[in-house]
Order: sequence, then structure tokens, then C-alpha cells
Amino acid sequence: MDDGLSSGTEAAAPIRVVLTKLGLDGHDRGIKVVARILRDAGMEVVYLGLRQTTDSIVAAAVQEDADAIGLSMHNAGHMTLAPAMLKAMAEAELEIPLVVGGIIPEDDVQSLSDAGVAVVLGPGAPSEEVVNSVRAAVAAA
Amino acid sequence: MSLRTSPPEDLVARALDGDRRAVGRLLTLVERGGADAETVASLTQPHAGRAHVVGITGSPGAGKSTLVSQLVAGIVDNGTVPAVLAVDPSSPLTGGAILGDRVRMADVDGVAFIRSVATRGHAGGLALSIPGATRVLDAVGYSPVIIETVGVGQVEVDVTAAADTTVVVVTPGMGDAVQANKAGLLEVADIFVVNKADRPGASDARRDLELMLEFSHVTGQENENYRPPILMTNSLDGDGVAEVLSAIDTHRRFLDDSGERAVRTRRRIRFEIENRLAMAFDVTLAQRLAEPATEALIDRVAQGDLSVVDAAEQLRQMMLGSREN
Ligand SMILES: Nc1nc2c(ncn2[C@@H]2O[C@H](COP(=O)(O)OP(=O)(O)OP(=O)(O)O)[C@@H](O)[C@H]2O)c(=O)[nH]1
Ligand SMILES: [Mg+2]
Repeated sequence: MDDGLSSGTEAAAPIRVVLTKLGLDGHDRGIKVVARILRDAGMEVVYLGLRQTTDSIVAAAVQEDADAIGLSMHNAGHMTLAPAMLKAMAEAELEIPLVVGGIIPEDDVQSLSDAGVAVVLGPGAPSEEVVNSVRAAVAAA
Repeated sequence: MSLRTSPPEDLVARALDGDRRAVGRLLTLVERGGADAETVASLTQPHAGRAHVVGITGSPGAGKSTLVSQLVAGIVDNGTVPAVLAVDPSSPLTGGAILGDRVRMADVDGVAFIRSVATRGHAGGLALSIPGATRVLDAVGYSPVIIETVGVGQVEVDVTAAADTTVVVVTPGMGDAVQANKAGLLEVADIFVVNKADRPGASDARRDLELMLEFSHVTGQENENYRPPILMTNSLDGDGVAEVLSAIDTHRRFLDDSGERAVRTRRRIRFEIENRLAMAFDVTLAQRLAEPATEALIDRVAQGDLSVVDAAEQLRQMMLGSREN
């Protein structure tokens, strides 16, 4: 190009993350903090709110053309919910990283990684770690 | 993976075939701008022009997304599949954004195609990306296409005003209607909705609007054959939503019967051309101002050898020259 008629800036399109919780988990304080951290790092966070299903998250990620899905979990259901999410993503041929955050015991972290979760973040993960790991996961996809 | 690297031509073909992932990807290309966005625009244009475009605007928190969710449900019941472009502001500091409109649309996000759009700071960017995104959604068969914007920034108001039917949402109390007037929303409204009508002060808000409309009647802003209705809704339980849908339909028929649709279509095309040119001139201007020649002119003005007016005129001549070759 550039005839000067192009719209917008092509460089540095922000990373878009669909951020949500899965299942009947009613806490949203942690996820709002994460949303702000990602926004402050220049990302676009599509916040879905609480009580989503794997299908509704996949539908949103498709429509939003998300670069990653972030799932916050605080109800100890991560060992079933995270794999269920991965399965739904695979069925929809959504080849984007799944990032999981929440209170996840050390022992489970490895199993989640083995199952295909791109990043597992503990509740106290510092902002830089959150941002850098999402960036790295998106870049690797 | 393959989708990420697919050329726009393939994506358009797949999107026209009903592949939602391709639609999502096309919207990303449109938003990014540049050569791909232009390719998408020219490939989708021949298929577009069928969808009715509805703009929904109003002050922050007025209940626009909640109302949109209800409208979408009603539209689906009536047998078409709508799309929604939900615009939220980007942070001017970091360029990031928290796009939260989907939270209120959770009931319908599996049926309608909903896309959250950040304003992305770039002046005029939204004014180009929203028409482009609307064209994609229209081309692949969504109808109507609903655009939700916060009625504060000029660009947001302009984008919504470029819709076929513009709905302005106000709420009871705090002089919301008066604020809407100040923000220039009254002139662009085809339909008024007093949302949160379950709250005290709803009839006051309605009266405020009626008074201001009376006033606009006096100043002759109003179309003779169409008077914007004022409707009351409670978007939490859906009260009044059917009336909004039928008002949109009535307005749509008015556009067709009165020939006003052609006027609006032309206005929308003009708006898009104008924005493309403004952006092009902005870019050219920025480039020109960054050149050494500009610095030299500034030096001469600073030294008292040249007037500011003459310096600007010389630059203008140089820019005109550069556009012609
Ligand atoms: N009482 C009452 N509350 C409502 C109504 N409609 C929406 N709300 C509430 O108002 C708040 C804001 O609603 P939204 O739909 O997010 O408003 P919005 O105009 O889209 O907000 P922004 O996009 O942030 O400008 C939410 O808490 C809704 O539940 C209504 O008719 N009555
Ligand atoms: Mg909203």
C-alpha cells in the first residue's frame, strides 16, 4: 500500500482475550482484577460475566475472534471444567490458548498443562507474570 | 490456525457460506484497517444492502445493552437473526479496553452474532471500522444489524446517527434527557426510549423529552411526516420492548414509503467517504509536517522572515502538488 486511504493503524492490533468464569462460581473479584491488569497492558478484554457454559464461551470466542480464552476458577472444579473447556474448543476447531487462573494446587498444575491448558496462574500471580504469560501463549499459538 | 493466515478472499467465501469463525476473522481485518480491510470492503459490498441498521445510543449505564438483549430476543422470535456491534471505549492511556456489553446479552449470545468493538483511540478509526463491520454482517445475512454506542463522543454519536433507525435511550432522573439534548442526541433520534421506567421519575423524563421535541418543532428540525415516538421500557423484564420493535418497524416502513431511505443511504455513503478522506488527509498532513521542509519554514517564521499564514499556504500548495502525482 499505502495510498493514505487505509483505515486505522495496522501495526500493534491489541491482543483480544475472552475472560470469564465457568459453572456456578459466584466470585468475581479476582477476575475483575485480572481484567484490569490485561487492559492496563493494552489488551482488549471481552468480559462475559459469570455462569457461562463451555458452549457460550466458545460462541463468544468465535464471534469476538479472540486470541485467547481466560478462565477464572475458584470452586475446585478445575480438573473437570478445564478439560471440558478444551474439548469444547477442540470441537469448534478453536486453536487459541486457554489460560486458567485461580486457586489450583501444585499437583494439579502439571496435569492441566498436560491436558493442554497453555498457562496456569495462581491467585497471587504478579501482574507482569499474568501479562507476559498471556502474551507468550498468544505468540506461540 | 489456517483461518488466521487465510486470505480475505477465502474468508469472505467461507463467511458467505455461513462459517461464523470466518465472519469473526473478517471483522478483525476490518478493524485493523489497511489493504485487507479494503479488500474485504470491496468483496462484501455486492452482497450488502439488505440489512436494516439500527443505532442505539444514550448515556453510560442507561441500559442499552440490556435493551439490546431484549430486542435481539424479540427479533429472533420474529424469525430473523440479528447481529450486534457493541462499542465500548478504549483506555486513552494504555489502548486497552474492558468490553463488558456481552454480560447483559448472555441470554442471546448463542443466537445473534455479537461483536464487542473498542474505540481504539485512533481518531476516526471507529468511523471507518463500524461501517465496514456493518457491511460484513449485512453481507452474510444478519438483519437487522444493531450498533450500540455510548452517546458521549462525537464519533460515537456520528456512527450511530449514520444508522437507518437511531434509538436514543434515556433514563429517569438526573436530567438525563437534558444531557442527551446537550450531547446532540435529540436531533439524531428516530425513536426515544425512556428505559428503567420501573424507576421513579420516568414520566418526568418523558415530559422533558416532549418539551424538547416541541421546541425542535418550532425550530423546524423535525421531519413533517415523521414524529419520533417516546416509549417506556423496563429492560429487565421486557416491558415495552415489543413497542420498541414495532416502532423500529414503523420507522423502517416510513423510510421506504417516503423515499427517506435513499436520502439516508446517500448520507451514510457521504459520511464514509468523508471519513476516509479525512483520515487520508490526516496521514498526509502528519507526514508533511514531519518533513525537513516544514522545519525550515518554521525556522523562517521564527526568524521573522515569513508569516505563519504564508508558511501554512506554502505547505498547502506542497501538499496539493503531492496529491496529484
Ligand atoms: N431498574 C432497571 N435497571 C435496568 C434496566 N435496564 C438496565 N438496567 C440495569 O442498569 C445497569 C446498566 O445496564 P447496561 O445494559 O449495562 O447499560 P448500558 O447502557 O449498556 O451501559 P454501558 O454500555 O456501560 O454504557 C445494569 O445493572 C442493568 O441491570 C431497567 O429497565 N430497569
Ligand atoms: Mg452497554
